[in-house]
Amino acid sequence: MSVATPLPHDSAPLHVTGRARYVDDIPAPAGTLHLAFGLSPIARGRIKAMDLAAVRAAPGVVRVLTREDLPNACDTSPSAHDEPLLAEGEVFYAGQAVFLVIATSHLAARKAARLGKVEYEEMEPLLSYDETLAAGAEFEAEPRVWQKGDAGAAIAAAPRRLTGRIEIGGQEHFYLEGQAALAIPDDGGAMHVVTSTQHPTEIQHKVADALGLPMAMVRSECRRMGGGFGGKESQGNALAVACAVAAKLTGRACKMRYDRDDDMVITGKRHDFRIDYDVGYDDGGRIAGIDFTQVTRGGWSMDLTLPVADRAMLHADNAYHLPACRITSHRLRTNMCSATAYRGFGGPQGVLGIERMMDEIAHVLGIDPVEVRRVNYYADCAGGGGGGGPSAPRSAAPSPPERYLEQDRSPGSGHAMSGALAGAGKRFGAEHSPVARPVEPQTTPYGMEVKDFLLNGMTAKLLADCDYAGRRAAIRAWNERSPILKRGIGFSPVKFGISFTLTHLNQAGALVHVYQDGSIHLNHGGTEMGQGLFQKVAQVAAARFGVDVAQVRITATDTAKVPNTSATAASSGTDLNGMAAMAACDAIRERMAECLAGLHQAKPEAVVFEGGEVRVGEAAMSFAQAATLCYENRVSLSATGFYRTPDLAWDRIRGQGRPFFYFAHGCAVTEVAIDTLTGENRILRADILHDVGASLNPAIDRGQIEGGYVQGAGWLTTEELVWDDKGRLRTHAPSTYKIPACSDRPPVFNVELWDGENPEATIYRSKAVGEPPFMLGISAFLALSDACAACGPHYPALDAPATAERVLAAVKRARG
Amino acid sequence: MHTQLDVNGRAYALDHDPRTTLLDALRDHIGLYGTKKGCDHGQCGACTVLVNGRRINSCLTLAAMHDGDEITTVEGLGEPGALAPLQQAFVDCDGYQCGYCTPGQIMSATGMLEEAKAGDPSHVSASLSGDVALDDSEIAERMSGNLCRCSAYPFIRQAIHSVEGKE
Repeated sequence: MSVATPLPHDSAPLHVTGRARYVDDIPAPAGTLHLAFGLSPIARGRIKAMDLAAVRAAPGVVRVLTREDLPNACDTSPSAHDEPLLAEGEVFYAGQAVFLVIATSHLAARKAARLGKVEYEEMEPLLSYDETLAAGAEFEAEPRVWQKGDAGAAIAAAPRRLTGRIEIGGQEHFYLEGQAALAIPDDGGAMHVVTSTQHPTEIQHKVADALGLPMAMVRSECRRMGGGFGGKESQGNALAVACAVAAKLTGRACKMRYDRDDDMVITGKRHDFRIDYDVGYDDGGRIAGIDFTQVTRGGWSMDLTLPVADRAMLHADNAYHLPACRITSHRLRTNMCSATAYRGFGGPQGVLGIERMMDEIAHVLGIDPVEVRRVNYYADCAGGGGGGGPSAPRSAAPSPPERYLEQDRSPGSGHAMSGALAGAGKRFGAEHSPVARPVEPQTTPYGMEVKDFLLNGMTAKLLADCDYAGRRAAIRAWNERSPILKRGIGFSPVKFGISFTLTHLNQAGALVHVYQDGSIHLNHGGTEMGQGLFQKVAQVAAARFGVDVAQVRITATDTAKVPNTSATAASSGTDLNGMAAMAACDAIRERMAECLAGLHQAKPEAVVFEGGEVRVGEAAMSFAQAATLCYENRVSLSATGFYRTPDLAWDRIRGQGRPFFYFAHGCAVTEVAIDTLTGENRILRADILHDVGASLNPAIDRGQIEGGYVQGAGWLTTEELVWDDKGRLRTHAPSTYKIPACSDRPPVFNVELWDGENPEATIYRSKAVGEPPFMLGISAFLALSDACAACGPHYPALDAPATAERVLAAVKRARG
Repeated sequence: MHTQLDVNGRAYALDHDPRTTLLDALRDHIGLYGTKKGCDHGQCGACTVLVNGRRINSCLTLAAMHDGDEITTVEGLGEPGALAPLQQAFVDCDGYQCGYCTPGQIMSATGMLEEAKAGDPSHVSASLSGDVALDDSEIAERMSGNLCRCSAYPFIRQAIHSVEGKE
């Protein structure tokens, strides 16, 4: 069976031979023109005069456009219609597009763009948290406030109380393939856009708006991206719209790609946050109530700031059952690039807030940070996905697969399940002994009952497997003998909510054709950015037809094939598109079964698709023969499939409801060393236990977990974004912005998958894996904090990213 | 100006601007798109090719400097169905996610294995002379010029290690 198999990535042979095409590798039509933006060098001001004569006269330049030359604002915003393609009299950040050059080559366009003479009346930009708060520049009229119980009273009544603050930096996506788009004019004014995007439908929508066309006249396509990480959810809109507008004006194909420095200056990044906490707790570290104030800088336009800040609030509890909680969130409008989606979408920042607080409580009480976490965990739940404690054997069993098969598979009927799912069913659950479920339902600060928590069992297993206690003692002893170098160890858990918090986005479509030779064409709304989505969905399709995955042809995401898609984001790609593809495959399979059963005087339920064959009673034929037979009997071998996530209800203003279908969990222990003279530091070892439900593809999932951890650790250690006092980004190339390299990955790196199934009826009971492991990098940050704390009696209050400079400052604070 | 390049065993006569980088010559003049442009600064390694057997960032060198040189790009190592051992190892070990850095990783590793065989020391080598034992830290150090944002590093190292072991 093709699911639950560690198959390589769908494009593996193409990747290793350089034959996998990205947007800039597609041979463009003859006469293709190239685009470049003229950028604002200042963060805020009015445009007084623009002299573009030299730009127009430059070699190779075909046209130069300003706002006046556009048919309308050509808005590129994913939300508030506040991002005109080119500045309208005012500029709001250094890097904003002011004019557009259309030239015969990429280089000619870029060179010409440097020749523009634009005069500005400079204004004072809003940059810092405090000055922006004081100016009242926020995206919503009031801060969002969500509450559970009376946090103020609970904090006041608690035996102990502490307040603190952490500043958390943003993060550049640094997808290796920069933003790129190609627009090709089609018949009758239609437009075909090929883009490196996580959201083809939004590209289609924005291009249609800019050109004044109905969406049906615009086709948006993406075969693959060279990395996305959230940075290609909305940030590709400007290039696609620019290319489409220029293509319409010139009648020629137009292409645009940002060079690396431009990409880093123009496009949005992860939101930075400042989180204040005020917590009441007891001598055992048990929390009575917390008051969080989260402040984030959203940049010049709204983009996705509201849902990102919402998700930071939704993860303010992380893995902890808080009796009383109040979360206040300010979303600031600053004169910087517009912060956007980035893996975790605000979740990591929210999680880091409470993890830092846990760390400080443990420091004050002088008890192990893991113990403070454990006393505050939600309780594990029965049927929450199998697995066991540290010594429990891995075994199979409780929740009945038959019931799930019969009732929960909306599109497919109960029959003909024999091949693909029977095996999966056997792996359900385990004879485990979860922590007793509390009588009162345990709820998050937003009123969602937590019914699938796993972290008590997972934590016990991880700590035992990596000998946490023994190593902590050894590190303490080592530090006593080592005056200059100090080691530290950190533990962090993650409970991550899966679903788009904008409920209507939780839908997906698929299109499947079976050709008369038995080959299968698969298309769905998800995009491939390296996360292995295409292969996972192909595995699902192959399993439904009982054929080898090589028989499934994976095709580019294309709005002309599957319409109204959601962004491939929120870790939901496989959950949504896998289910939609299954629905489409099952529709075809049912028709085939009915036809073949009729021909053999059997019941459709008796038709089995397995091992590349289709069997009806005693008769067996290859899948290709079955397809031919069905074709000759005039059976439709093409179907669409649709899926919408059930049971979601969410009110973001009140902060109440069930925004998530389920939670994915993980935990990690990281060991580090610091040099107290220089602040230099490195990760020595990381141990991870992560919950992916019943993995569709363990190899791909492992890659996501390792990559997520390293990227998360990079965010919190070396990746520092620096804006100067004029609001200019000074870290706009890999020379000044340090992402993890091969030598930064922990030398000892143990990753294990938690053996369990998703209690919710997801595709083959798997769980989403894209974002959750990113937060495991927090354990590296906490380990650094632990190493700093070994230098003196005070709490080091380390801020993120923990660059050498900040580590040094924290060491100083620890010493007092 | 005119430059003669031998790319993957085939001769190309280029007529180009003197400032054309080797990377742009490969992509825009010859049409070999396997070599990627990640940063155009010599900092990410995605454009790594072999020049006369040695690895080089093709974005940091001008085509004009390589008249008569033998250039090997990822297309010259093997093709689907007839992969070079290192290419096969990357497939077997899942040494990529998005794949954009992969050609550079593979070219860099190809050059690196030869350097190690020739006894070239690295920053982490215990000695400046003698044989190089390509352990994990040597591979990590020698591959640190090739960034992978998906951070598939564990699998990349595994892939390189598996080939190194075989040779």
